[in-house]
Amino acid sequence: MEYVIIIISAVFVSNIVLNQFLGICPFIGVSNKVETALGMTGAVTFVMVISTIVTYLIFQYVLVPMDIVYLRTITFILVIAALVQLVEIILKKISPPLYQALGIFLPLITTNCAVLGVAVLAVQKDFTLMGSVVFAIGNAVGFGLALVTFAGIREQLDMMNVPKGMKGVPIAFIVAGLMALAFMGFAGIV
Amino acid sequence: MNQWKNFSKGLIKENAVLALFLGLCPTLGVTTSAVNGLGMGLATTFVLVMSNLVVSLVKNQIPDKVRIPAFIVIIATFVTVVELVMKAYVPSLFDALGLFIPLIVVNCVVLGRAEAFASKNNVFSSIIDGLGMGIGFALALTVLGGVREILGSGSIFGLSFIKGDGMLLFILPPGAFIALGYLIVLANKLKEKTA
Repeated sequence: MEYVIIIISAVFVSNIVLNQFLGICPFIGVSNKVETALGMTGAVTFVMVISTIVTYLIFQYVLVPMDIVYLRTITFILVIAALVQLVEIILKKISPPLYQALGIFLPLITTNCAVLGVAVLAVQKDFTLMGSVVFAIGNAVGFGLALVTFAGIREQLDMMNVPKGMKGVPIAFIVAGLMALAFMGFAGIV
Repeated sequence: MNQWKNFSKGLIKENAVLALFLGLCPTLGVTTSAVNGLGMGLATTFVLVMSNLVVSLVKNQIPDKVRIPAFIVIIATFVTVVELVMKAYVPSLFDALGLFIPLIVVNCVVLGRAEAFASKNNVFSSIIDGLGMGIGFALALTVLGGVREILGSGSIFGLSFIKGDGMLLFILPPGAFIALGYLIVLANKLKEKTA
């Protein structure tokens, strides 16, 4: 039951993109087509879950016992950067088709603040290991939901007659604002 | 003259937020008031200047292949410094900015300047570039924070000028997106006029 609440609140109530403002760069950058949005979601889910597990273990069993919690930021970003490289190499070896599909998105993920953000939030919120995993999955789903829906809207938007000054990024922001408004409707459910 | 150009390009023409769309997460996340925007802007400016300084000093010692991880470690060091200093001296700002302080590490503006400018230019130009970019970033955040604060809670820099609540929407997440959208339209208009 506890895990269900974590998931619902991560996906809908405090959606990582529309409510927490994490991962805005890919949200605006790669949301022109539904297909690329799906690819990005896959890559982010993968890295987010693995990096949350690894950073959680390092935090609890290395940083806390040695009393060097202030090194959290440096450690986490290095772990994530190394993991992204590792995932890239492994994928290339064992699953070339998946590598082809996710390939170009993987290097971008190192600087996706959603990944670092979720890792930091998971240790800040004092979850158990299982709780952190569920939290990471929930956030990845939330990210995917926002990204794919937004990409769908933007595909339609390309065919609309938008005022000249508003074309491109400005109208995208306003659409995102309206989406965030819609997501606020979930606020009461948990 | 040339240095002035390095400095001023970050203010409007290549403004990180309004023209290049970099560093959007902290831009939207912390600008519920002008003071928060300014605080975040100054913290990022400090990290930008220091990381540009160090990167331009060590650029010849770092092998090309491990350049990005090396830059990230340099940036993360200064972010930790900012984090500890803020926690000690301005705890209220530290609480308001919260998660977004460690996230300066993954602010594309900082890594972008290290990679695109500091790794190719001398120390002095790099400091000037970092300063210009940082102030441009701080400016955009303060303006956005100011707009949201005026509309959302009817005050500016904490000085209230109306009774009761403002349009609460602008303090909430949707208002951030909408306000930034219109701010970009305005910046485009300004650029068109000067060009």
